[in-house]
This record gives sequence, structure tokens and C-alpha cells, in this order.
Amino acid sequence: MKDYEVIIGLETHIQLNTRTKIFCSCKADSWEAAPNTNICPVCSGLPGVLPVLNAEAVRKGAILAAAMHAHINPKSYFDRKNYFYPDLPKGYQISQFDEPIGKGGYMDLPMENGETRRVRIHNLHLEEDAGKTKTEHGMRLLDFNRCGVPLVEMVTEPDLRSGDEAAQYLVRLRQLLRWIGVSEADMERGHLRCDANVSIRERGSTVLNTKTEIKNVNSIDSVRQAIGEEAKRQIELVESGGKVESFTLDWDADRGKLSKMRSKETEADYRYFREPDLLPVILTAEEVEEIHAGLPELPLARRARFEQDYQLSGYDAEILTGERSLSDYYEAAVQAYGGEAKVVANWMMNDLSRLLNDQGKTAEQLTLKPENLSEIIRMVDEGKINAATGKSLLKKVEETGKSPAAIVEEEGLGLVADSGALRAQIEAILASAPDEVANFRSGKESLLGWFVGQVMRGSGGKADPKRTREILLEMLNKH
Amino acid sequence: MTLTQLSAFETAQKVRTGEVKAIEMVQAALNQIKNVDGVSGSLEPGNLSPEEEQKVHAFIQVTEDLALSQAEKVDQMVTNGEDPGLLAGVPLSVKDIFCVEGTNTTAASKIIANFVPPYTATTVKRLTEAGALVLGKVNLDEFTFGSSNESSAFQPSTNNPWHTDFVPGGSSGGSAASVAAQEVALSLGTDTGGSIRQPAAFCGVVGLKPSYGRVSRLGLIAFASSLDCPGPLARDVRDTALMLQVMAGNDPKDSTSSTKPVDNYLAALEKDVKGLRIGLSPDYEALYYPDMESGELHSEPIQKEVHDVVMQAAEWLAKAGAEIIENVPMSNTRYGIPTYFVISRVEAASNLHRFDGVKYGYRTPENVGDLIELYRRSRAEGFGLEPKLRILMGMYVSAAEHASAYYQKALKVRSLIRNDFDQAFDRGGDYRLDALLTPTTATTAFKRKSVYGNSVLMQYSDQMTVASNHAGVPALTLPGGLDKNGLPIGIQLIGNDFREELILRIGHAYEQLTADEAWRQVRPQVLQGEVKA
Repeated sequence: MKDYEVIIGLETHIQLNTRTKIFCSCKADSWEAAPNTNICPVCSGLPGVLPVLNAEAVRKGAILAAAMHAHINPKSYFDRKNYFYPDLPKGYQISQFDEPIGKGGYMDLPMENGETRRVRIHNLHLEEDAGKTKTEHGMRLLDFNRCGVPLVEMVTEPDLRSGDEAAQYLVRLRQLLRWIGVSEADMERGHLRCDANVSIRERGSTVLNTKTEIKNVNSIDSVRQAIGEEAKRQIELVESGGKVESFTLDWDADRGKLSKMRSKETEADYRYFREPDLLPVILTAEEVEEIHAGLPELPLARRARFEQDYQLSGYDAEILTGERSLSDYYEAAVQAYGGEAKVVANWMMNDLSRLLNDQGKTAEQLTLKPENLSEIIRMVDEGKINAATGKSLLKKVEETGKSPAAIVEEEGLGLVADSGALRAQIEAILASAPDEVANFRSGKESLLGWFVGQVMRGSGGKADPKRTREILLEMLNKH
Repeated sequence: MTLTQLSAFETAQKVRTGEVKAIEMVQAALNQIKNVDGVSGSLEPGNLSPEEEQKVHAFIQVTEDLALSQAEKVDQMVTNGEDPGLLAGVPLSVKDIFCVEGTNTTAASKIIANFVPPYTATTVKRLTEAGALVLGKVNLDEFTFGSSNESSAFQPSTNNPWHTDFVPGGSSGGSAASVAAQEVALSLGTDTGGSIRQPAAFCGVVGLKPSYGRVSRLGLIAFASSLDCPGPLARDVRDTALMLQVMAGNDPKDSTSSTKPVDNYLAALEKDVKGLRIGLSPDYEALYYPDMESGELHSEPIQKEVHDVVMQAAEWLAKAGAEIIENVPMSNTRYGIPTYFVISRVEAASNLHRFDGVKYGYRTPENVGDLIELYRRSRAEGFGLEPKLRILMGMYVSAAEHASAYYQKALKVRSLIRNDFDQAFDRGGDYRLDALLTPTTATTAFKRKSVYGNSVLMQYSDQMTVASNHAGVPALTLPGGLDKNGLPIGIQLIGNDFREELILRIGHAYEQLTADEAWRQVRPQVLQGEVKA
């Protein structure tokens, strides 16, 4: 068998998290709404209505363009994409065509082998979503709730080379969308949808062969699997002397199978022309400047900085920059702590992330602020509490909203370092264990641990282990 | 003088002072409609009696209950000492292309014959909030596609009140006829290529196509969105100015509506025309049309009586102190119709996509095998000839393989047409016009059935009007005389962007100057036998 290379381009539809739809004042999100309850004359395409552009959708589209390193078009246009389909109430979709809001751009994907794959973006445009069609009991049912939901369609160049890479692209895209706050990017809810164009060629060749398009690959796993299947099918086909034909495939995630979609009911020629009901979208140089200036440090840059500045491992840096609020939290905690950044990372990687999971919250939603975390770590460092107490404090602060110091005080969680009280306790324990004392004094020094354990048990864990050890040694060595 | 002869301006004054009740205005209008209008247009008209053939048939639907309830409200406000608005008690007809909540809005098409919109057009809302009374929805060419009213799916289509064997023009034929026949004082029309001005000229009334963006399009069922302009039809310039005053102004729900402040049009009428520069152009003296085979342009002079009336108007205005600038080149005017054929059809085809038998309107009663068949049958049975022709042409010239030869080229010609106006109105240019004076139409009204069926010839009746739609500038038509058959002749004043106040002022001056002319005393056929004003 020849050595083949898989060529993949992805077309993604990203639902922007604006409050209202792109051309009317209906709520943008109607996830739990009954069919056709979140509609108005505008988004359901009644005669005589006109679209009014949602400025927030433009702003979020431009932010995404900036984050993708795309050129932000100072003057972009909306066009009509004309076709008949029952879920498209106007019979045309208001979209952007030859002058979209963003052109070019790229995303750098870190690969497992440590290299970086640059995935170029062909273009990025704003458009309205269509409704949903489903067939039930031989009837075709329509739900227009989704009509007019703002989308960004973003198309990559054929720069991806495997199902894994395509999956990785989506993972990074999802991270970025949430990071810059333009989309919830929940694939299950259709906030991030993906079609994949797949072709193969002999390694070393530069031609682009006939591709097939896979629709409905709407989870990361589906993308990986479906592309793998399709690449395998194409290779087997070509190896057996066949020829890849251009058609559209449907991915059935439940069965893990591709099937050829039946012929489309739409026309191929969309007869694009400028939408006469809308003015051109103008973004002034100041506005573009503002968008760039307002862009946060992006996840991969932050990850690199964490490795550099905080001496974190690649793995830790990756986890801590998984989402923006977590990484912001980390930096704030490091700052408040003042000590070794790695210590804060350990706390966050283990105990804080468990707390986040248990509470089902993001870092920014926590009642336990970064200052609280750093205070807890410092109390452990200073021996005021032991590590176990520190860990239990996380949850207590989160649940009560009280400061860690106040909780330690109230609940008497502080370590007993007071020599008088500790001495009395140790004396009592030594008195009750004359054999062990004798053994120790005759050279069995490993018994020290046993004594410490007795003291700790006796104090309910509150004895300061360091002081306990010092006093024990002092008293045992006293003859 | 009877109540139906009152101007809108006079009516509002009398109603606001309590001299006349709005309810009396409704009754007078209903009475006049009963006398002159005959049966309303319907999808199944049956045979008409010879007597019905002589009626106006402006209305598709008379909204008696709506008008009465609006009148009650106005009268109540007058009783309470509240201000009922600038149009208090003024009878209004609305072209049946505007959505009025709870009222059938048909676009004169079978495909939405039973459509009842859940909202009201901004224009209608502003007019009724100012106290106007909606007497009904008036007929038009199907979806406004035509220049004679004959393409309406609601028959009988409207006749010309001046001579009922003649068409009223179109597409706002019902609007123009209802105003001319004194069924209402005002009508709300639309103008995409001349659809207010051509019927206004044919019916001897005043009509204004405002600047694109001056009046909201929300609630107007779109024909060609980049050209459509709602506007007033009235019996004199003052009423036209008054109606525009109420309708004009930004609508946040129409992105293409202008935020420019609205001028005081009524106040502008007080000024005279001294020193105003009014242009005449040789490009408005002939009709130009391309040879079907060779594409070569042929021309033929416009009707002489029409040309003469324009020249006389120029003389009147010159005598009143206006400066007449001759030989203003408007050389791209001749390409207005071919350009319009392309641009308007592309937009129309797209705008008509939504009428697909799926959501509202007509759906074929036949059992269909699949979705495509549902579309095909519903649209084939629901649309009349004119929409079908426009859809076919619009789809053809915007198809990927033809768009650059037709649609993209038409857009370029459109900007050349716009350049003609820019140069004519340029403050620092050679002509520095305040207005261009032209005929409104090349001929007076034509006989029913004489042109209908020839879609191309019909379209050419917009040659004198369509350029201002391409350019987006305002244009006013007003009566300038009668031809030898006693049919009205219209003259047109075209102004610069948002300079409605200037063309209204010139038009008003012209009305004053010609007030005592013999032709002004002649009344439409359907009104003869009534007490003269």
C-alpha cells in the first residue's frame, strides 16, 4: 500500500452568546423553550418586516476575528443567500459573502510531538441561523426558535492532517471561544457545530484531490472518529482502483457510521447579492484598535508564560490555562501568596480542582477567593494548621464565606504549639508507656514516630508535629 | 362644498375645532365610496354589469368598522380638549401592500389573499396616531408589479375616475383613483419605479416619492428593497406636505431610514420661488428603448401635449422669478428602464421567496408527493403572471453565470444615473439646480387592455420616473393640464436628497400661479353631476 496523507478542512458554525438574536429582539437562547415560542414577525419572516443588526453580534464577531489573527474588515457587507427550505422562513439567509467581517487569520495548534501546526483560516463571517426541521409520524415539523440566532461561520484552509488534529483544533477553538467570552461553545447544545472536508493524497504530493463533506460531526469524538472512518474508506477505495466521488456524508454518532446523504433539496446557486435592507457594517480604526486592545492574553501565550514565569511543568501549565478564569485565579493566588508559585499550583491542581468539580463551579464563581486560598497555604506553611486542616478549610470557606482565620479561630482548628499544654500531654503519654520509653533510651530510636502518633491522636490532630517532635526528643533524652 | 371635497388640511382644522365631527367625515366618505366605487376587487369577481364598468373600483376592502372606531377616538379627544393630531378626521386609503394589524393585507395577490398581519406598518401607525381614519385598503398591481393596476388578482381592477375606459396607472392606481374620486382626501402609496407618480399623473392628483430613507419601509411588503419608497397621494401640494410631515422621520426598525431631522414642509410652502434654479433636460423629451435584437437604442418623442405643458410650467415659474436652466444633461436617464429591469427583478425574486406555501398564505390543495412539488404548485397557482415573469427574470440575471453580465453591470449603470443628479444639483457645479422640471409620464393614461400583457411596453411607462428611484432623490408630480381627451397631464419636480421642502415649495407656487386656469376647473367624469366646489 502507498503512503497516504489525509487532508482536512473544517467548517465551523459558532453561536455567539449575545442576549438577543442578530436581527430582532427575541432572546438568542431558546434551549429549553417549546417550539415556536421564541419568535417574532422578523425572525419568522412575515411579509413587510425588516432586519435590524445587533451591534453586540458584530462586536463579538470582530473579537473572534482579532483572536484568530484575522484581518478585520473596516467595511463589511451582508448579503442574501437565496434558497428554498422550510426552516428558512424568508427563503434567503442573511449572511456575508465576498466582504465578510474577517479575512485570513490562523490558529497555532500545539501538537503532541511538541511541534506546532498552523491552521490557516480562509474567512470568518456573520450570519443568521435557520430553524430546525424534524420528521415525526410522517409529518415534517418546523421550529423557528433558532431562526436569527447569531452565528459566525469560520472556514479553515485544508491544513489539518488527521482526525486527531481536527479534534485538537476543535478543543483549542472551544477553549478560545470561552476564553474570549464570545460563545458558550457547548457542542451538545449546538453552540459549536462542525462539518469536515476530507480528501487523501499520496504523501509528498501537493495536489488537492476530490473531497467529501461530512455533516453533523458535532462532538470532539465524532470528528476524530468520522474523519478516521472516511479516510480509511477513501484509501481502501483508491487502493482497490476506485475513485473518490464528491458527495455529502452524514455521521451517525450512535452507530459510529457514515452514510451518504440523500440529494439536497436546495439549489446549488445561491444567487448572492447585497442585502438591501441593511447598511454596510463599518468598524472605524478606533473601534478596531479598541477590539485589539481589549483582547486578553490568549491561552497558548499564557501557557507559555506560566511555564516560564512560574516554573510550571507543561502539564501543570496546560491544566491551569484550561480556562481563563482558572488561570486568572491562579495568578491572583500566586500574587497574594508571595511564595513559590509551584506550591499554589499544587494546591490548585489537586484540592481546588476537586472543589470546583464538587461544586460544579468555575473558578470565578467561587466564594473562596484567591486571597483565601493563599492565606490557607500560608497558615499551613507557618505551622498554624496542618495540611489536612488546610484542605478541609477550602470547602468551609466556600460554604460559609467566612475568612479562613475566622474559621480556624471559631472551630479551634489551630495547632497546639503552646509548650506548657503540649509538655503536660507528652509527659502523661511517656508516663503511660514506660516500656517504650525504656526501649527508646536503649537505642530503638525508630519509636519516636510511634510517640508522635500517640501525641497526635491524643490531641485530635491539633498538636503541632514539629514542636511535638522537639519536646519528645528533649524529654526522652533527659535521663 | 361637501365634506368629501374638503382638503385634508381643511378637514383637520374643522375637526380639531369641533366644527365637523370625525364620524361625519367617515359617513361622508362611506357615502362617496358607495356612490362611485362599485364592487370591491375580489378573487372571484363574476361578470360586471355595464353600470359597474363605469365605476372606480379603487377598494379591495372598505374598513368601515376600523374607520368608525378611529373617528370615535378622535371625536372623544376633541371633546376632552386633547390634541387629536395633524390629520384629525382625515379619510385615508392605504395601498393594500401595507400591513395593518388585524386587517387583510393581500398585495393584490392570490398567494396572500387571506394574510392578516399581526403588526402595523410604521407609516400607517404614524398617520392614524395623527388622527387619520383608515377607510380601506385600495387596489394595486399584484405585489406592485405594474403600471396600470390591471395585473391585480383582485378584479375588477381600478378604473381612471377621469374616464373609466382608461387605466388609473399603477401600481398605486387604487390610491390615485380613490383620491381623485374624492372617496378619501389622502392615500398612502409606494413608489419603486414610478408607482406613486405615474398613477397620480394619470388621475390628476399630487403624488410624492420621498428621498429613499425619508419614510420607513417597515410593514411595506417589499418589491425591490433598495428602491421602494412609501409616499403620499393627495389632491393638492399642501395636503401632500402635511401627510409627509406626519410620515417622515427615522424608524429604528428600518435600518435604511435616515436619522436626518425632518424639515417643516408646511412652513416651506409659504416661500416663493424667486431666484430658485429650475432645470429642463433634453433627456426628458423622448422615450428611449433598446432594439430587442441588436440592443441599439431607438427613440421617439413623448406626447406633444405633455411636453408643451412642461414648457408652459417653466414659463409660469420663470414669470414668478425662478431661473430656468435649459439643456441640463441627464444622459443616463435613457438606461433607467433596462437597469431597473435587472435590479428590481433580482430583489423582487428574492423578496418573493418567502411566499412558498409553507407558513402562511396560499398552499395548493392538491396532494403533493414531496416538498419541491409543494413549492412548485403553491407558487404556480398562487402567483399571477407578472410576479412569475419577474421571478424568472430576477433569477436569471442574478444566477452565478449571468450576474456579472447583468446584475453587477446594472449596479454600475445605476451609479452613473446617480452621477447625473449629483452634477445637476452640485452647489459648485455648472447647473446648481434646486429642482429639475420634467414630464411625469411620456403619455397620458392609456386605455384598459391596450398595453396589459406586454410586460416590456408597460414597464416603459416609468421611463420619466425611474431615474429618481435609482438615484434615491425625491420627486413630486402634480397636475399641469389636460390632453385633448380630457385626461390629466402630470409635471414632475425632482429635487436633491432630502430636499422635499424645495420641490413642495415650487409645486405649491405653481398651483397658486395656475389656480384660475380653465383646466383646473374641469372635474373627473365620475364626479360630474355633483355640486361644483
